[in-house]
Amino acid sequence: MPSSSHSGQKASWGLKLAALGALLFLHVPIAIIFLYTLTPDETTYTFPLPGITFQWFGVALQRADLWRALTLSLQIAAIATLVALVLGTFAAAAVYRSNFFGREAISFLLVLPIALPGIVTGIALRSALGTLDIPFSFWTIVIGHATFCVVVVYNNVLARFRRMQGSLVEASMDLGANSFQTFRYVIFPNIATALLAGGMLAFALSFDEVIVTTFTAGQQTTLPIWIFSQLTRPRDRPVTNVVATIVVLITFLPIFFAQRLSASSSDTEGESK
Amino acid sequence: MLQRISTYLYLRPRLVLWLMLVPPLAYMFLVYLGSLFNLLINSFYYLEEFTGLIVREFTLLTYAQVFNPANREIFARTTIMATAVTLVDALIAFPLAYYIAKFASPRMKTWLIIAVTIPLWSSYLVRVYAWKLILAKEGILSWFINLLQLDGVLNWLLSFESIGGSSLALSPLGMFIVFAYIWLPYMIIPIQTALERVPNSLLEASSDLGAKPLQTFRTVILPMAFPGVVAGSIFTFSLTLGDFIVPLSLGNSKFFIGQAVYSYQGTAGNIPLAAAMTMGPVIIMIIYLLVARKLGAFDAL
Repeated sequence: MPSSSHSGQKASWGLKLAALGALLFLHVPIAIIFLYTLTPDETTYTFPLPGITFQWFGVALQRADLWRALTLSLQIAAIATLVALVLGTFAAAAVYRSNFFGREAISFLLVLPIALPGIVTGIALRSALGTLDIPFSFWTIVIGHATFCVVVVYNNVLARFRRMQGSLVEASMDLGANSFQTFRYVIFPNIATALLAGGMLAFALSFDEVIVTTFTAGQQTTLPIWIFSQLTRPRDRPVTNVVATIVVLITFLPIFFAQRLSASSSDTEGESK
Repeated sequence: MLQRISTYLYLRPRLVLWLMLVPPLAYMFLVYLGSLFNLLINSFYYLEEFTGLIVREFTLLTYAQVFNPANREIFARTTIMATAVTLVDALIAFPLAYYIAKFASPRMKTWLIIAVTIPLWSSYLVRVYAWKLILAKEGILSWFINLLQLDGVLNWLLSFESIGGSSLALSPLGMFIVFAYIWLPYMIIPIQTALERVPNSLLEASSDLGAKPLQTFRTVILPMAFPGVVAGSIFTFSLTLGDFIVPLSLGNSKFFIGQAVYSYQGTAGNIPLAAAMTMGPVIIMIIYLLVARKLGAFDAL
């Protein structure tokens, strides 16, 4: 890390204000949802709130459709993350280990699902499922999510491999460990936090993904699909506020810890979502 | 046994490499590239209007439909929106990125980067939803505008046919604000990364040679930050181009590309037209990426 402030100059007030403005613009809207969970108003978004009530949390907890959607989203995110962890780690290890022809192409291929607009991945999967006559199901959603989760794990693990000393592996082998022992006792502990960070980001990404999901879900309602239906045709405004708040809280922790993990080891995977 | 497998594998690094490469590559080729290829093929099929069946024969009829006036207007509208969002995001992102890169203390910097990246990963849908509350006719922004007695200005802006509508929550102007908000982190991070690479000694040299701060900013900092801006613009542009959630939530009857694709494949069941329509953003993005590479954007990623 280079030293930050340059030539002892202080930031001007104008710069500070503009930076603060951008920061507020990024974060205030979410706080407003939190505020609206307390509104007694069921039909509009009137501000200032006509009163304060805590009843909607209770109402939301009673809703069976929400619990089903939440469970479905958690299951999908868990399996998609698992697939991404395996495939992403394999790809990262292969690309790191050797200098074979086409490793650039592999990075490009893996990043493509998030570099192209989500709708391209979505409609492509939708048309493939149609062509192959595969019915929509839980697994079609998982397959869709895994395509864009792999790159997150891949970036994290590859960055870690690049900073790991190759001599560690050689030392382990020289001291008589076989490949599996070396993986278990040397490689795995070294990449564990990268796996954790990548896995948590992949989980967060899958948990609230909606664009690809709308094309691969059929009748299945994930939590984001439920929220999306409320966006276009609001029926349960107060409950939606509570759900939105819960989603923010569920995704906040994994994202925060993943960022802390990678900030402390200065991997830079966050940029290429 | 394990030992023998281990030795066997150790002596064959190529085999190990292939064993590791095949699962991810097979997945990406079969599932992702296969689907993309299938999409491309589908765009050359045709939906028979009367029967509602897809005719699986090579034809350019569907592409002719893509270029009819209504769709051309959709492409133009979406591209203008993506450009406007990109420009405004660059303007909003720059001061914050500059502050993080050059003025924040190391401790502060870590926190600011986390503050910027959390929205980047966190629920996109919830973030769109937040603006549904904020922009509503009876919502907080109207209340605030009322407080400042600027309702006249708002109503005047909303009266324009191209950007206006019944309220901010149902207008291209509102969509524009939401797009700018949603993609902002994607612009901040590459600019900040590019600015981190401007050595402080260069700035000192510039001022030692007599440049005023503003001159240094214009002739040293801006040109070096530019690849970062281009890198950020790849995301803001591409994501706006393909999005259908924001137009469906806050737009009116004036369609955007993503929305058109969504409705063609959904209610109309016209996968060929949806596929051909999707090729629009794909081609625009490929051209954009090629230009961006020339401008050095990939070094800033």
